[in-house]
Amino acid sequence: MKRHVVATRAEVDRAGRKLVEADGKPIALFRLGGEYFAILDRCPHLGGSLSAGMQVGLIEADEPGAVTMSRPGEFVRCPWHGWEFDIRSGKSYCDPERFKARDFAVHCLTGRELAEGPYVAETFKVEVEGDYIVIET
Amino acid sequence: MLDMPETRDAVADKIGEPIIDVDVHPGLASADEIRPYMPRRMWELLGELGPGGRGGGEYPKAVPEAHRQDAAPAPGQVAGSDLEFMRRQYLDPLNIRYSLLSPLRYSGQTENNPDLAVAVCQAMNEWQRVRWTSQDQRLKASILVPIEQPEVAAQIIEGWADTPDFAQVLLLTRTADPLGRRRYWPIYEAAERHGFPVAIHVFGSPGHAPTPAGWPSYYLEEMTSHSAACQGMIASFVAEGVFERFPTLKIVSLEGGFAWLPSLEWRMDRAFDRFRSEMRHLKMRPSEYLRRNLFVATQPIEEPERRRHLMEIIEWIGVERIMFSSDYPHWDFDDPARVLPGRIGSEARTKILSGNAMRVYRLGL
Repeated sequence: MKRHVVATRAEVDRAGRKLVEADGKPIALFRLGGEYFAILDRCPHLGGSLSAGMQVGLIEADEPGAVTMSRPGEFVRCPWHGWEFDIRSGKSYCDPERFKARDFAVHCLTGRELAEGPYVAETFKVEVEGDYIVIET
Repeated sequence: MLDMPETRDAVADKIGEPIIDVDVHPGLASADEIRPYMPRRMWELLGELGPGGRGGGEYPKAVPEAHRQDAAPAPGQVAGSDLEFMRRQYLDPLNIRYSLLSPLRYSGQTENNPDLAVAVCQAMNEWQRVRWTSQDQRLKASILVPIEQPEVAAQIIEGWADTPDFAQVLLLTRTADPLGRRRYWPIYEAAERHGFPVAIHVFGSPGHAPTPAGWPSYYLEEMTSHSAACQGMIASFVAEGVFERFPTLKIVSLEGGFAWLPSLEWRMDRAFDRFRSEMRHLKMRPSEYLRRNLFVATQPIEEPERRRHLMEIIEWIGVERIMFSSDYPHWDFDDPARVLPGRIGSEARTKILSGNAMRVYRLGL
């Protein structure tokens, strides 16, 4: 397992999401509340870029006419065919048995912690002051 | 700072062979783009009335304008409205040799006002030529015609017949009457005479319910009812004797899928055997006409849980009658590299991805 420093925390916080790359893979980072999540930026259905998708809530109905919505913004909808994935787990809302967007463990670490290694900072220099997003591939 | 792109250009998987895509939707960045091609009064009228029809297709399309969300050239812009972006996202990476353009918005085909219908169709025909086909040789235009004015439609076809930018006549499935009716025959007469296939795309606003069962509540109902509209349209072509009168006419069914076709042919053949006395004008069985005159486009391809079921349906229909379509830039876009079952074999794959369309549209690779 490799750990990659992929972004500063501030960069992800700016739009609540960010497209990064690690180990040659495109990865979509999301911030939900104070937590960070990462899924492969390639929809398991036909390959759409999930980081370009709309974030939506969980819509449920126990019976016709009784619609509820919860977990606002915690699902991402693929910009191509509209398949929805739980950002927390990568699990498909549309067809959970067959489809899952690959997810990655995410950590938020300070520059001081990172300086101790062993982390791969492929794209930029880590400063001791900042907070950084690290993912495992 | 990170030097990383903010969005990934998620193109479809690369494919080695050239592709002919028979259904692509160019968009107007704004209606102003067709203004130069319209008589002044017609332009005013379009502004006063807005584009219209009799109604029936106004269901929400899951996403705004039914567009793939990553297909807008820039935030807030219309998908399919910028050739440069279309080249980068679609034409180049998918190895497209030819794309058949099917403009849908502001097409004019089912406008209520007859003069406006003609003006919008002709403006859109000119627009396709000036903005698209003359800018990129891979693009081929559709002749848009006012469907409910068949005599005028035939004249319009006549007018563009010698312009090689145009490859087909475009109609819609939901029309005031089923399209096989004799009153529409001037369109087929002109198309056959000039060797234009008649492509019939789903949608239209005929004023009656989009499903034969009545007015639905949800988009899913409208979407899945397209196959019913296609079947009604195709049965009409057969029953009215269109293919008897116009034996070399080619009909292309666009965006209706195709898994329903074997069942339609079985049912029509069976019924025909019993009801032949009512249709003495038909000399062949329905499926024989359809095998000669009807082609189907793939998108939105049926996605059964077991891909072999799709393979069986393709075998029932016959590989020669199926042509690849992507529907770019709409949300239910199909990727040529992934859309066909793996077991189909390279010869059949090439027929669907380009060979059949070369033959139908008389295009050379």
